[in-house]
Amino acid sequence: MSAVPESFLFGKLTLDAVPWHEPIIMTAVAGMVLAAVTVLGLVTYFRLWKTLWNEWLTTVDHKRIGVMYIILAMVMLLRGFADALMMRTQQALASTGGPGYLPPQHFDQIFTAHGVIMIFFMAMPFVVGLMNIVMPLQIGARDVAFPYLNSVSFWLTVAGAVLVNISLAVGEFAHTGWLAYPPLSELHYSSGVGVDYYIWALQISGLGTLLSGVNLITTILTMRAPGMTMMRMPIFTWTTLCANMLIVAAFPILTVTLAMLGLDRYLGMHFFTNSDGGNAMMYVNLIWAWGHPEVYILILPAFGIYSEVISTFSSKRLFGYTSMVYATVCITVLSFVVWLHHFFTMGSGANVNAFFGITTMVISIPTGVKIFNWLFTMYRGRVRLEVPVLWTLGFIVTFVIGGMTGVLMAVPPADFVLHNSLFLIAHFHNAIIGGVVFGCMAGLNYWFPKAFGFKLDPRLGKVSFWCWLVGFYIAFMPLYALGLMGMTRRLDHVNNPVWHVYLVVAMVGAVLIFCGIIAQIAQIVVSIINRDQLRDVTGDPWDGRTLEWATSSPPPFYNFARIPHVESVDAFWEMKRAGRASAPLPSYQRIHMPRNTGTGVILGGLSVVLGFALVWHIWWLAALGFTAMVALAIIHSFDEDRDYYVPPSEVARIEGSYFEQLTAENQNERPSLAA
Amino acid sequence: MNVEAPGSRSARARISGAAIHPGHGHHGEASHGSVRSYLTGFALSVVLTAIPFVLVMTHALPAQSVVPTIIGLGLVQIIVHLIYFLHMNGSSSQVWNNAAFVFTLVVVGILVCGSLWIMYHLNVNMMPGMMPGGQ
Repeated sequence: MSAVPESFLFGKLTLDAVPWHEPIIMTAVAGMVLAAVTVLGLVTYFRLWKTLWNEWLTTVDHKRIGVMYIILAMVMLLRGFADALMMRTQQALASTGGPGYLPPQHFDQIFTAHGVIMIFFMAMPFVVGLMNIVMPLQIGARDVAFPYLNSVSFWLTVAGAVLVNISLAVGEFAHTGWLAYPPLSELHYSSGVGVDYYIWALQISGLGTLLSGVNLITTILTMRAPGMTMMRMPIFTWTTLCANMLIVAAFPILTVTLAMLGLDRYLGMHFFTNSDGGNAMMYVNLIWAWGHPEVYILILPAFGIYSEVISTFSSKRLFGYTSMVYATVCITVLSFVVWLHHFFTMGSGANVNAFFGITTMVISIPTGVKIFNWLFTMYRGRVRLEVPVLWTLGFIVTFVIGGMTGVLMAVPPADFVLHNSLFLIAHFHNAIIGGVVFGCMAGLNYWFPKAFGFKLDPRLGKVSFWCWLVGFYIAFMPLYALGLMGMTRRLDHVNNPVWHVYLVVAMVGAVLIFCGIIAQIAQIVVSIINRDQLRDVTGDPWDGRTLEWATSSPPPFYNFARIPHVESVDAFWEMKRAGRASAPLPSYQRIHMPRNTGTGVILGGLSVVLGFALVWHIWWLAALGFTAMVALAIIHSFDEDRDYYVPPSEVARIEGSYFEQLTAENQNERPSLAA
Repeated sequence: MNVEAPGSRSARARISGAAIHPGHGHHGEASHGSVRSYLTGFALSVVLTAIPFVLVMTHALPAQSVVPTIIGLGLVQIIVHLIYFLHMNGSSSQVWNNAAFVFTLVVVGILVCGSLWIMYHLNVNMMPGMMPGGQ
């Protein structure tokens, strides 16, 4: 794909950009196209376009946006996991001298796509989705501070994901690894469009993440229910606040760094080139100054989920609430002083390495505090072993192992041996799967009834959990061993019969995790089919403690008919004990709500056009797309008709049907499900 | 539907409270500035931007002192923007703004100082020939 002459109309884009001669890619593309056509066909067949547009695509309701974030995360999980399976099978097949089935340039794209997708388009949307659904409910708010901005943020994230998927069919993705280190990612060594796809996908979705961070911080700081002081906020809200502060502080670094790489590639500048005064090491320094806080952006909300789950299912107040808050805040600040541990081997010398080694060990202390808090919360509690608790227990064990291998690598001399080895790969999968993914799954099982009004099937949930847990250990423990034996990461083939055995075992583990994902999908499908048996009519299926359980499941679009008054940490628990929960009000007031708008989804679509045009140097289209985005945003700002009032009679009707359900449930009758 | 008359603005702010548009009520929030304050800020920014240009184009100062001067003027410019365009001040209604600002200062400080420290030692160790006074 080098030195294609550019035409005005299509830039670098030609029909040769589609990898017709790569059967594996074309099969994947065909699968994706088929899936898309099937979905569109079903929507058309069931005449759902209008519903889809009015109720979902244009929505500004934080709960629905959150649900869409999680759907995006699950779709991208499948894509990213397909990459993982291909890597595992390739290495298992190509470790005794054979070439395997993936050519090197394809293998390189796969490991890059796997990393980018799993972090940016799986873990991030999942976490942001849960924060979106739960946090406003936990603080007793009716929506986020800027509902329209929330919609824009979501659709920009989708736009990034769409660009990554387009790169599979049109052109190529980066070969550079998930952080695109220069000089490899510079034009001189990567002349194709892969790195450009990478840059624009991350710039667009990164903007969405940043805006979402501003939005959620504002929501938490200004919209808490009366009486909810900072030290009465649920822990998940606290971790959401800290994670979003990290987003706002760290994502601009990513944006600027990628912009500088883009200037190198597009305008011939020399920030990170080998020649003319560029310094590739500066890129490594900057990208990790974002990259390490990013790890905590993902893990902090997961810590919050575990805290809520453990407290609820132990029927106990969280042990050490205050220490949990301070531990979270400590991690937030400390996460900005450890970034060099990602490049100890770069050569900054013993003093610098010692400083960052020690800060890295220090950050494990507040994390350890949290672990003990969870253990002491369970101690002498009546722990109900529901699915979210299983994920939490699996997390505690797994994450401690991941944390210990992390502290091991925080010792700079040890890191010189283990840097870029499979030991590192095992470590961060240990922390991210055992920490973030387990947390997302716990959160999914925990809050699903709140979002949809019925629980997830517990039996398939347990199958999924055990497949994931056992699969994880079988897939990644061999990688620790391989790393200690000296196998480095990102090898498309090796010739070593000793390693081969371990790689085959790791592949078996990956297949087991795949069974876990299948069970997860089956769990959701079966639960939808059996939703009447799994129905949650009370709005409080787990005997919850925080405000999200104080409203019906699913909550009405305005969340709370009257904003609750908060007097302690476990606000809803206290309300239940005082007998103040779930009583109908004598009268209702009208409720001020934002109107839906299609601007967000259209802006997202235009940003795909803009990104695609920039990747392929179609300058007229880029200018057009950018102008249209700015114009649309300005036009939207003149739209004054963006809010309305729900009349009291409508609120009374919705609340009335909820209390009818409650009464019916209390009389132990079959719940009436008129809806 | 339900388009409110302008007079009911306070009622609207009370009902919605902070529920939907926290910044729109104007009660106790940061002021949005006046034409005069914006013009002052603009004038100061123009002057603070023009001086570095003049310094570079006329070679009025020796090269070693131009760079620190420009950095210093840049810092002053940041303060001007914070006061006149972002409306920051020490009042009690600005607690969160100021806390966020301090947090930003800490993070930027860590990042800038840390990067300088890291890159300096990197160059000393790995590229001694390119350091001033190196072999």
